[in-house]
Amino acid sequence: MKVFINGETKEIAEQFNLLELLREFSLPSERIAIELNKEVVRKKDWESIAIKDADRIEIVHFVGGG
Amino acid sequence: MFTLAGKTFNSRLIIGTGKYRSFEEMQAAHKASGAEMVTVAVNRVPLDRATESFLDYLSPEMQILPNTAGCYDAEHACRTARLAREALETDWIKLEVIGDKITLLPDNEQTLEAARILVKEGFIVLPYFTDDLIMAKKLLDAGCAAVMPLAAPIGSGMGVQNPSNLRIMREQLPEATIIVDAGVGVPSDAAIAMELGADAILMNTAIAEAKDSAQMATAMRFAVQAGRLGYLSGRMPKRLYASASSPLEGAIK
Repeated sequence: MKVFINGETKEIAEQFNLLELLREFSLPSERIAIELNKEVVRKKDWESIAIKDADRIEIVHFVGGG
Repeated sequence: MFTLAGKTFNSRLIIGTGKYRSFEEMQAAHKASGAEMVTVAVNRVPLDRATESFLDYLSPEMQILPNTAGCYDAEHACRTARLAREALETDWIKLEVIGDKITLLPDNEQTLEAARILVKEGFIVLPYFTDDLIMAKKLLDAGCAAVMPLAAPIGSGMGVQNPSNLRIMREQLPEATIIVDAGVGVPSDAAIAMELGADAILMNTAIAEAKDSAQMATAMRFAVQAGRLGYLSGRMPKRLYASASSPLEGAIK
């Protein structure tokens, strides 16, 4: 199925939950946040929420800024 | 001492984390500045490469103030604030809604709309906005913890362009916390903003782009202190003509 992660179209083979998605892309799970279809998903819910086809996911971290 | 949303800071200087040539240089500047709060930006994680954990380079004692930089409407700013809160477990947010890519001037209307939403959601909202008294009043009425008028456009280093606006804001809003955000270029700019009665100053580029950023951070630290003391001391009146400091009577003839 196809999902949109940080504006990029990605083909996801399995029905990952959000935590598995982070692992798939070798992303850290600390001090990041995930938004699923414009709603923030609490960290405790990452494992229980399965990704669906055409989901729009934003994964953010922190960078230098003013 | 400076209290903001119930938290006390010894330093009235708040600084950014952007544009430094290296993390080491940023750390040295942060230390030299004496600042106790730093801003950070929320950004998409790159999917194609590993990234260093930028936050590891910040002193654990620093209060982290995430911003909503890069947002051009209230909705994006609110979403960014919520993501920052989830990731950092902080309710503090520097609200920044930009209206134009060239000037990076704030969209005050969208800023106010976002402020109202975020205050309702329990955020401690610190909005960046145009140095306008009426807008400041509306933001405070919306429940913002402070107002953060610009001195000049972000990263311009132009210094306080409208000193009378800041003075009016200080005089008309004596109880409000006013943090001058953006536009400071040199220590004298910081001192002027503080002399006009600002409670604190937020700056990034003036330190990060200095040839010696740690030394500039020290200079800014002193300038903020000097300006604050100057404001508290009460300036002498301006006069069009001279007023002799030495007695005119009794000079030899």
